[in-house]
Amino acid sequence: MADIHSSDAFVEFERVQKSYDGENLVVKDLNLVMPKGEFLTMLGPSGSGKTTCLMMLAGFETATHGDIRLDGESINNIPPHKRGIGMVFQNYALFPHMTVAENLSFPLEVRKMGKSEREAKVKRVLDMVQMGEFGGRRPAQLSGGQQQRIALARALVFEAELVLMDEPLGALDKQLREHMQFEIKRIADNLGITVVYVTHDQTEALTMSDRVAVFDDGRIQQLAPPDTLYEQPENSFVAQFIGENNTLEGVVKEINGDVALVRLDDGELIDCKPVNVSKPGERTRVSIRPERVEYNKERLQEGVHTLKAEVMEFIYMGDIFRTRLKVAGNDEFIIKTRNAPDQVRLQPGTQIEIGWLPQDCRALDA
Amino acid sequence: MSDQTTSGPVLAADGTPLKRSLARALRLQKMRALALIAPLLLFVLITFIAPIADMLFRSVENQIVSETLPQTVVALADWDPTTGEAPDEAVYRALAADLKVAVEDKTHTRLGSRLNYELTGASSLFRKSGRKVKRMDLESDTSFKEAFTDIDRKWGEVAIWETIQTYSPKYTNGYFLNAVDMRKGPDGPEARPENQQIYMMLFGRTLFMSLVITMSCIILGYPVAWLLANLPTRTSNLLMILVLLPFWTSLLVRTSAWKVMLQQQGVINDTLVWLGLVADDARLVMINNQFGTIVAMTHILLPFMILPMYSVMQTIQPSYLRAAKSMGATNWTAFWRVYFPQSVPGIGAGSILVFILSIGYYITPEIVGGNTGTFISNRIAYHISSSLNWGLAAALGAILLAVVLLLYYVYDKIVGIDNVKLGG
Ligand SMILES: Nc1ncnc2c1ncn2[C@@H]1O[C@H](COP(=O)(O)OP(=O)(O)OP(=O)(O)O)[C@@H](O)[C@H]1O
Ligand SMILES: [Mg+2]
Repeated sequence: MADIHSSDAFVEFERVQKSYDGENLVVKDLNLVMPKGEFLTMLGPSGSGKTTCLMMLAGFETATHGDIRLDGESINNIPPHKRGIGMVFQNYALFPHMTVAENLSFPLEVRKMGKSEREAKVKRVLDMVQMGEFGGRRPAQLSGGQQQRIALARALVFEAELVLMDEPLGALDKQLREHMQFEIKRIADNLGITVVYVTHDQTEALTMSDRVAVFDDGRIQQLAPPDTLYEQPENSFVAQFIGENNTLEGVVKEINGDVALVRLDDGELIDCKPVNVSKPGERTRVSIRPERVEYNKERLQEGVHTLKAEVMEFIYMGDIFRTRLKVAGNDEFIIKTRNAPDQVRLQPGTQIEIGWLPQDCRALDA
Repeated sequence: MSDQTTSGPVLAADGTPLKRSLARALRLQKMRALALIAPLLLFVLITFIAPIADMLFRSVENQIVSETLPQTVVALADWDPTTGEAPDEAVYRALAADLKVAVEDKTHTRLGSRLNYELTGASSLFRKSGRKVKRMDLESDTSFKEAFTDIDRKWGEVAIWETIQTYSPKYTNGYFLNAVDMRKGPDGPEARPENQQIYMMLFGRTLFMSLVITMSCIILGYPVAWLLANLPTRTSNLLMILVLLPFWTSLLVRTSAWKVMLQQQGVINDTLVWLGLVADDARLVMINNQFGTIVAMTHILLPFMILPMYSVMQTIQPSYLRAAKSMGATNWTAFWRVYFPQSVPGIGAGSILVFILSIGYYITPEIVGGNTGTFISNRIAYHISSSLNWGLAAALGAILLAVVLLLYYVYDKIVGIDNVKLGG
C-alpha cells in the first residue's frame, strides 16, 4: 500500500508510548496513520498492547508519551465523552437494566435529541442489524450473537465516524462468528465509517480488514493489506504468526539481485528471496508456506534447487491433504495439496523431492 | 382394555411400576437430606418457633379469670352491667367459694395483678379480700354480698364486676386493644383517654426513627461501598477492615463511647465550647434524645448497609461506565443512568437489613435514648421484666412482627424481593 499522506489522515498515532507502572513500556513506539473509511485490524498475541492502544484512542487511558490525533486535532486532553467515538466492548457492556431500545437510545438521549427523532433512529439501526422485533427485550433475554448485534448497533446509532471494536466476536461460536464478520464488514462498508478492530484471530483479521497491523512486544511489526501480510511477511514473527509456515535455518551464501543462495544447516543449498538479509555470511530463517511447496517434478521450474524429503505422516482433511515431511533435519515440515482427482496420496516412508519458486521462499531475520 | 401390556404403567427393570420405584428412590433421598438438617430443625423449633408461637398465644390468652373464679364466671354470665346495679347474692356466694380455693392455691394475687392492668386497684382488692375470705363460712353465712362490701366498698360497685365479666372468656383481644391505645368499653372497643395513650406514638416513633436511620446509612454508606468496590485491592482491603472493625467491638462499648462523645460535658461539646462556637452555658443536648439514638444506631448499623451494597457494586463491571462515556455521557450521567440503577439491589438489601434490625433494636435506645429516643422494643422489655404484663408485651411484639411482615410485603410489591441481592 502506498504511503498515506498526513493531509488525509483521520486517525494518527505519533510516537506513542504507554506504561502502566512506570517500569515497563506496554506500548513502545506506536506510529500509525489511518485514512477515513479504512477498516484496520490490530492483530497480535495476548498482552501485546492492542486493548491498551484502543483505550488510549477512546480516552480511557492516557498516553505516557506522544500524540494521538483525530481528524488533525490532538485529542490527548479531550475527555472520552467528547470524543464522539463509538465503541463495541469485548463483553458487549449492554446495560442490563435497560431494554434493547433504551440501550440504543441512550447515546441519543445524552445528546438531547427529541423523542421522535430518537425513535426513528433506533428503529433504523435495529433494522440495519436485523433485530427489528427485539426492541422491547432485555439484553439478558438475547443470545450471544443477538447481543453482539445490539452492541454494534449502539456504537453506530449516534453516527460516530470512528468505531472501535475490541474482540467483539470473541465469545461467539465459529459459525456465528463467520456470519458476524461478514455482517460487520458489510455494515461498515455501507456506512463508510472508519473502524479500528482488535482481534487475535488471524483469519478474522485477514478476511475483514483493509489493512492489518500485527502487534508484538508493544510495536507494530508489520502494517499491510492482508494479501501482502500473508505472502510477503517482513520478519519471521509475522511469518510465524500469520497462517501456517515452514521454517528452515541456514546461512546466506551469496546474493544475486532478487535471489539469495542459502546453505541450510545440513549442507543443502536452496534459492530464496532476500528480505531481511543483505550480505553473505548472515544467519537467516527461511520461510515457505505449505501450499507453495511442490513435489511433482513435472511442475517444478527448470534449474531450481530441490531438497530430499521423507514422508512422515499423511492427513486427510477433506478439501486438502496435509502431509508432514522430514526435510533437512526438520520433521515438522508441512505441505498442503488440493484434493484433486489426479492428486497422489503420499504414503509414509516414501522418499520424495520437493522444490518451490524462489520468490515464494523468503529469507528473513534469524 | 384388552392390550394390558402396552397400555399399563411403565415398569422398572425389576417389574415394579416405574412411578413407584422413582418415588421410593426420591423418598430415600429426602429422608437422608432431612436427617442431615434434623439437629438444626430441632434446635430452631425448640428455641425459636416454639417461643414465638407461645408469645403469639399469650397475646390473646386469658384463662386466668375463668380458671381462678370458675363458679363466679358462670354465675355472672346473666348479669347485665347496664342496669347499674351490683350482681345478686348468688354471684357473691360463688365468689366466696372460688376465692377460698384460690387462696389455698395462692392464685388470687396473680388474678389481682392481671385485673389490675384493666382496673386500677384490683390488685389490692384481691389481696385484701383473700386475707378475709378465710373467715367466711360457706355453710352458715347468709349474706356474702354484705360480707364482701364490708371488706371493700368496691365489691358493691359495678366496675369490678364489669371487668371480671369482660375478661371471663378464655380468649381476649384486650391486650391488642391496649397495645393500640384502646380498651374494652360497654359498647365495644373505645379509645383510651389522651393521657394514657402511648403505644401508637411509640410505634410511629419507632418507624420514623428507623426510616431516618436507614436513610442516614444509605447516604453515608454508599460512597464507602463505592470506594471499596473500586479501589485497588490492597487499599480496599484496608478500608474493609475499618468497616468491619466495629463488628469486633462490643455493642455496649460502642454505645457507651457515644455517650462519652455526645454528652453535655463530652468531647464534642467541649471542643465546640473551646472553639467558641457554643457558649458554655448553652451546651448542645445531643444525648438522651432522638438525635443521640439516631447517631449511635446509624454508626452501629452502617456495616449492614455497606456490605450488601459493596457485594452488589463489585459485580458491576467498569466497562458499563466506559461504554456510557464512549456514547457521550458525562461522568454524572453515566453514574446516575448506568451505575446507580445497577446498584439499587444492594441499597434494597442493605435497607431491609438495617430497617428491620433497627425497628427491633433495644440496647442502644435504652442507653442513649432518654425519654424521647426510646423505641417500642424498650416498652416491650419493660412489660416483660418490670411490669410483668406479658400479654401486653406479646401483643406489642405481635404487632411489631406484623408491621415488619407488612413492610416486607409492600417492599416486595414495589421493589421486588428478587431485586435484592446480598452478593453477586
Ligand atoms: N490497567 C492495567 N494496569 C497495569 N497493567 C496493565 C493494565 N492493563 C493492561 N496491562 C498490561 O499491559 C499489557 C498489554 O495489555 P493489553 O490489555 O493491551 O493486551 P492485549 O493485546 O489487549 O491482550 P489480549 O489479546 O489478551 O486482550 C499486558 O502485559 C497487561 O498485563
Ligand atoms: Mg485485549
